Amino acid sequence: MKEYCAATRTHGGRSTPDLSDMAEVEDTLKRIQAQHGVIGTIVVNGEGIPIRTTLDNSTSVQYAGLLHQLTMKARSAVRDIDPQNELTFLRIRSKKHEIMVAPDKEYLLIAIQNPSE
Amino acid sequence: MSVSYKVGTVKSKQSPNVNTQPKAPVVKGVKTTGKKKDEEEGIDTADGEEWMQGKTLVKPPDQLDLTEEELKEEITRVLTANNPNAPQNVVRYSFKEGCYKTIVFVDQMAIHFELEGNLVHKESDEGRRLMAKHTEREDCGGDERLENVPIKPGKREQKVTNQFNFIDRASQTLNNLPREISCQTEPPPRANFSATANQWEIYDFYVEELQRREKSKEKQESQFPNKEEDRSKKKMIQAEAQSDDISQLAKPAEIIERMVNQNIFDEVAQDFMYFEDAADEFRGEKGTLLPLWKFQYDKAKGLSVTALCWNHIYSDLFAVGLGSYEFTQQERGMLLFYTLKNPSFPEFIFNTDSGVMCVDIHEQLSYLVAVGLYDGCVSVYDLRKKSDQPMYNSIASSGKHTGAVWQVKWQKDDLDSNHNFFSVSTDGRVVSWTLVKHEIVFTDIIKLPPVDKVPDDLKNVVATAGTSLDFHKQKDHHFLVGTEAGKIHKGSKYYSSKFLEMYDAHFMTVSCVRWNPFHPNVFISCGWDWMVKIWDHTINSPVFTFELKSSVTDVAWSPHSSTVFAAVTADGKVHVFDLSINKYEALCQQKVVSKKTRLLHIEFNPVHPIIIVGDDRGRVISLKLSPNLRKKPKEKKGQELPKGPEVEIAKMEQLLSSLR
Repeated sequence: MKEYCAATRTHGGRSTPDLSDMAEVEDTLKRIQAQHGVIGTIVVNGEGIPIRTTLDNSTSVQYAGLLHQLTMKARSAVRDIDPQNELTFLRIRSKKHEIMVAPDKEYLLIAIQNPSE
Repeated sequence: MSVSYKVGTVKSKQSPNVNTQPKAPVVKGVKTTGKKKDEEEGIDTADGEEWMQGKTLVKPPDQLDLTEEELKEEITRVLTANNPNAPQNVVRYSFKEGCYKTIVFVDQMAIHFELEGNLVHKESDEGRRLMAKHTEREDCGGDERLENVPIKPGKREQKVTNQFNFIDRASQTLNNLPREISCQTEPPPRANFSATANQWEIYDFYVEELQRREKSKEKQESQFPNKEEDRSKKKMIQAEAQSDDISQLAKPAEIIERMVNQNIFDEVAQDFMYFEDAADEFRGEKGTLLPLWKFQYDKAKGLSVTALCWNHIYSDLFAVGLGSYEFTQQERGMLLFYTLKNPSFPEFIFNTDSGVMCVDIHEQLSYLVAVGLYDGCVSVYDLRKKSDQPMYNSIASSGKHTGAVWQVKWQKDDLDSNHNFFSVSTDGRVVSWTLVKHEIVFTDIIKLPPVDKVPDDLKNVVATAGTSLDFHKQKDHHFLVGTEAGKIHKGSKYYSSKFLEMYDAHFMTVSCVRWNPFHPNVFISCGWDWMVKIWDHTINSPVFTFELKSSVTDVAWSPHSSTVFAAVTADGKVHVFDLSINKYEALCQQKVVSKKTRLLHIEFNPVHPIIIVGDDRGRVISLKLSPNLRKKPKEKKGQELPKGPEVEIAKMEQLLSSLR
């Protein structure tokens, strides 16, 4: 995905945070939230604490904690099978809605969508 | 062998002899010795002798039959002191070597008889005890008992005290009070540590270790910059701890956005991948176009789609050039890149000062995009860079076009392996632009010949506007230029003064001209005069002519079949033709946009069976071709279906030959 412009957007190296980077991410998050059927988005840091959310606090904390553990487990499973592999995303489809989790090295982005609307 | 006197016994003794030693000579030997003994013994055995002599060899029925040589064979029998019952293959585990080893020296002792004796040595304890008991019993009468004589041997001598003069005295020492002394040290600092040892943790560790080693190697090589690095690293580490930025989330955010979109457009995605219109079987030749995604960007609403181009390497990415065809409404332009994975928002957005008229993506290096603008500029964008500015831009002094650039096309790298592309514009020049380091250098290739209608003295001033440019797929140096006057010129890169051929194609502007991707001789052209014409470049008149009821704005060949092409017209319809099935009619004529919207461009996806069409409202609509529109030639029974471009060429050739 997006290898065609990956040269400057590496996550491994530590570069000073760009304002344009932040603005782009903010834009993307806003767009995701505005999409059809999206109930909420949560950004979780490395310790499982939600740092940015569009849902109420208790729900966010609950989602963050549980999904953080699940993602760790999933990532461990993927890497155990082949250490050169990496978890790119996780989708949990339930009766009522779909929870999508995209992990990063330190952060976790969770989006909850109701796809059938 | 003792030989008895009795005959009977001799007999019995000899027969077992015969059995155990089945060798005739040995038997004979025994016999002879028996004989000798008999003779020695005297007359008594005379009878036996006679009897023996008359005796014939009695072979037991189960005796081995051996030949003379075998009988003479001497067999040695060895007498050893080995125990035949001792095991010969005893194996013991050797802890020193960690394996099982055979023991060579096995105890060969065979015990035939064992008897536990009951003799006791008289000096030993038990011996003495027994002796004492024995003597007691023997001298049970009256023996003087002397005090000093040891009565019971074996027992310890008891101390005998003097009866008359003996004092026993004891004393007790002071017992110290028991005291407890203990000391306690400070416990060493402890920390709880827990971790899982997974395959990937080990892998990660090794990767880091490798990196560390490489860094240390680099450090050894360069020492001065080290200090600066350290300082800057420290600064960065501090900054990290403070800021809570989420700029690293760009990639996950993008993934989530695509996932959300996939959910929203789930049906469309399923259709795109799997839906094949079953109704096509009943429709005869006709086919349909299934609308899939619509791509729209808010800020592009006022602009028209002026160019479409698919990326060859990432077949889901395409470029949209936005500008305006109206002479009076020239404002800004945009270059957008969409991917099929995210129909709601473009991947890349570039704003330009003037309307974009044409776009081309380099075939191999898909990050290089050439753009031609309405003000005559050509620019090259590098998609890897995040900036809004093009990498190269042609400015007035460097030979930019004086009119709108209508088509740009990338070429193969030249001899110096510089990238280059061609452009054609309203000023009638075909120019080649080469990217040399940080500059863009132009080379005039050819100037379009003036139109006949222009009076002679103005021929040098009024240029013939070129509106379309296409290069031959195989013979790279051949190209076609369509003009505003309706003529098509075939030129070659090697000839800069004249064109090779001229075709009177259309009455009005030629909007598009394209070579057939398979057949080397065929090209197609379309114009605003409602016509689509197919040509063989060796013949001056068109091979096929189609009239569509409105001005044709674009036409494209299908990359999968040499006889399939599609055209879009200003009345919002898409026409799809397959010449191998129907030479006179379109297989599909479908209106895909609402009234009053003109369709301006069409492109086939190189991999998937979809087409994208751009309209004058800045929208791009993707459509899927139904199975009837992408038929392959039928396979005859028993014959293998040949694949590859040769088939396509043959198909076209067949068609052409049928018309000649």
